[in-house]
This record gives sequence, C-alpha cells and structure tokens, in this order.
Amino acid sequence: MLILHCPYCGVMADETELHGGGEAHLTRHGPGSSDEEFHDYLFAKENPRGVHFERWRHVNGCGKWFHAARDTATLEVFGTYSAQTTEPPQAIRDAITARRPGWTWRHLAGSAK
Amino acid sequence: MRRYSAFAIAREALRYHAGWEKAWASPEPRRKYDVVIVGAGGHGLATAFYLGRNFGITNVAVIEKGWLGGGNTGRNTTIIRSNYLQDPSAAIYEKSRSLYETMSQDLNYNVMYSPRGVMMLAQTQAEVRGYLRTAQANTLQGVTTRFIDPPEVKKLVPIINLDGPRYPVLGALWQDRAGTARHDAVAWGYARACSDMGMDIIQQCEVTAVRREGGRVVGVDTSRGAIDCDKLGIVVAGNSGVMAERAGFRLPIDSVALQALVSEPIKPCMDVVVMANTVHGYMSQSDKGEMVIGGGADGYNNYTQRGSFHHIEETVRALVETFPMVSRLKMLRQWGGIVDMTGDRSPILSKTPVEGVFINCGWGTGGFKATPGSGWAMAELMAKGHSPLAEAYTLDRFREGRFIDESVAAGVAH
Repeated sequence: MLILHCPYCGVMADETELHGGGEAHLTRHGPGSSDEEFHDYLFAKENPRGVHFERWRHVNGCGKWFHAARDTATLEVFGTYSAQTTEPPQAIRDAITARRPGWTWRHLAGSAK
Repeated sequence: MRRYSAFAIAREALRYHAGWEKAWASPEPRRKYDVVIVGAGGHGLATAFYLGRNFGITNVAVIEKGWLGGGNTGRNTTIIRSNYLQDPSAAIYEKSRSLYETMSQDLNYNVMYSPRGVMMLAQTQAEVRGYLRTAQANTLQGVTTRFIDPPEVKKLVPIINLDGPRYPVLGALWQDRAGTARHDAVAWGYARACSDMGMDIIQQCEVTAVRREGGRVVGVDTSRGAIDCDKLGIVVAGNSGVMAERAGFRLPIDSVALQALVSEPIKPCMDVVVMANTVHGYMSQSDKGEMVIGGGADGYNNYTQRGSFHHIEETVRALVETFPMVSRLKMLRQWGGIVDMTGDRSPILSKTPVEGVFINCGWGTGGFKATPGSGWAMAELMAKGHSPLAEAYTLDRFREGRFIDESVAAGVAH
C-alpha cells in the first residue's frame, strides 16, 4: 500500500485516506492559448515509467491538496511538498537526483551528479 | 506445420509423444522486414496474423520485450462480450466476439471459447435505466442482448443473493452469446499460425529506439541489434506511453494497475459470467473450478504489475454480499497488469504523427475481449491506410472532441 506524508497535517497517510489527482504542475491553458497548447494541457499525458510528479488530496484526513514525487516503476516515494508552488522545491529535486541521477520530467531535468 | 487433430493425438499416443513439433519457431532477427510489430501479446499477434491472412503480408516480425503473451494477455479475467453503448464500440467488439466463435477452427488451436453468457447486474435505479438503454441500443446495432428481471437472474445464477441489504439485484443486462476463452491459448494459437506463415516472433528483445528519417519511420533499435522496417505497429498496452515517447509523440494515456485473483478450485456452481459494476467486482468459474475474480483499477500511475491490497479487499467484500458462498473460499493467487486508460475509455487505433508508425492502444481494462477484432482492424489500417472498424478510434478524436464515451456507458468494469 502506498503511504504518503501529508505536508499539511503531518500524518503518514495510507492510500485509503488519499485520492490521486493526476499529473502535477500543469499550466492550465485557457482563453487566448493556441489549439496546440490547449490540446496538450488536456490530453498529452506525461505518464512516465520512472520519476513522476503528482497531485494528491488527503481526502479522508485534513482535506488538503499536496504534491508527491514518486517513481512509477518501483513505487518509491521521493517526498511530498506543498501544492502552493509551480515547480518542485530544490530539496525534492535533490532527493530524486540522489536516487535517480540524470532524471528528466517535462521541462525539468535533474542535475548530473 | 502438422495439424492438431484427434488423429494426431492418437498417433502420438502410440509413439511416446515424440512427434509433436514446436508450436512456433524462435529465429534470430533479420536485418529488414516489411512490417515490424512491437508487442507479442494477443493484439500484436492478431495484427500480424490478419496482415498475413487478409492481406498476404508475411514479411513480418513481432518483437517482444518479455515472453509471448506474458503481459495483459495472460493477466485478464478472459471475459468476452460486446454489449457496449456506442456504435463504434459495438461494431468492433461484436466483430471480435464473432471471430472468437470460429477462432479454434481458424487457427487449428483450441482456444476453449465458451459462450456461456455474460450478465451485468443492475444494482441501482441508475444502472437499471442505463442497461435498458444499452439493451435498446444493442438491438439497433444488431447485438443480441436483453434486460432480464431478478427471478431470471436467480434462475441463471442460483448462488446469487438478490436481496443484498446495500445493493439489491434489480435486474441485469444479459448477453447469452458472450462468454470466456482460454487467454493463453489465444496468444499461442495466433503465434503458431503466424510462425507457420513465415513470420518471425522474436522474444526477449526490447525495442530501445524508433529510428526516423524526415518524419518517417525507417526502423527500430533493439537489444538484439537494429532492424529496418517500412511500417511499424506499436501494440504494447501499458507501455504505450513509453514506446510513443521513443517514437517522438505523446498519448492521452495513463498507465495504471488492474488486479484479479482466483480462488481454490471448487465444484461447478456458476456457469455464466457475472459482472457487478456498482460494487467493482466480477466473477466467473474457470474450467478448473477456480472462481476467477476481477476488481477495480488503482487511481494512480503505476508500471509495477502489482496493485494495492485494499482494492482486493473492496472487491471481495462486495462479492461476499452478492455471493455469500464466497466468504468460505480461500484465494489461491492474485496478480496485476498495467492497463492503458484513455479519458473516454475507448481504444486508439490510429496513424501517428510519424509516417509509417501505427498505434493500437488504450484498450484499458477490457482488451482481451477485443483481441481478434483489434488485430483485424489494425491489420487493415496498416495494410490499406484506413479501416472502417478503426475509423472512429483515431488519435485526432481528442483534439476534435469526437469522444467515444464508454466510461459512463460501461461503468468501471470495462
């Protein structure tokens, strides 16, 4: 079972307390965007085999949204962090780089060690 | 290839079974093929088979990272049905179901197709209305289904509890020509027939890159060397996103784990397939006597071929109410597969932004039933550039808003 640390209430929450909210750090293109941008925002999924950033909601707990960095090929959790950000904090990126040197995700890239 | 027959069994019985041939060859990859199919699961092998059978294209390699039929082909609950709501779905799933009826003869391989009937329980008023609508849509589509009342449900499935306190059985959508087949045999039968046509099935060979020149595919790099091809078919289910990335485009697909489990074998007690979509559970009894149980998918991206235990608990808890005898069963095995989910829960059978690359994916939680129909349509698409059965399933439908919405129509168990 997946266990994530909720950065708001501090609980180590079981998967049954949580609800997955899909890919994180999307730019929500709307009016004024190009067709291509709008299409990619809606449909072009990252769906990586490896490092992934996701939104989760502590639905049967404090009810808050947060972000998690995970490996979809091993189920390893690199860390969780506030949803009030457009990019993962450096500490999370460093934690991933320590375990997966050379990782990439969308425009984000891990620094080579 | 020697044909399998009752006579062959008798012949081999008299000579210590020394005369059986290998069902398919395991050749070294050649430098160049007309068509390369990535993925030797049911859908990939069916695509290769119909390329040869329907279009005479036999210079084909089917490349598989693991072993033949070791992905979702060997991990499903073997249910075959075609009672979908939307017209494009009914067309391809009914084609598929009809191909299953003659598959053992077509392939000279016993796939144990058993048209035992599939029953989808209506346990809420919304489901009753939904299935009445589906039954009427199916009538217009030429798919034989009907809505049956609780007494008929009880007659067909004596072990069912109609009066579950939480989810009583209010009726069911019944398709009596639906059923099950032996999933491994489907892959093995296609593999044997493909090998017999001179196609190469290359296992333990991972495609690491798709080589392109001027927006057109020219070949693939694999763990066993480079292979050139004119056309490339990507038929890799859960790994579709990974392969698409190697070919240079992205897909509207999420890969998630779906689980199933089987009980210890027991005496025959249920000779139909029962699906209960409201409570995320479906069950049938295999020829060995095991109760085969499928549950819901996990809610997050996952490539590990194992799912979360609480989904098993939810599934079994729900089934215990509908089938009280399940509470006395010991479970033997549990496993997971990685399913490729699209937003509208319908597949993608399409050309791609790379010329010469075709993709067949997005079958999600319901791919096994579609195996022959999917291969039939994909082969036509690859050979001719268009296929009536695949017409609605293009990658462009997301951009253009032409969704084929089965997520509402089919419920969860798809």
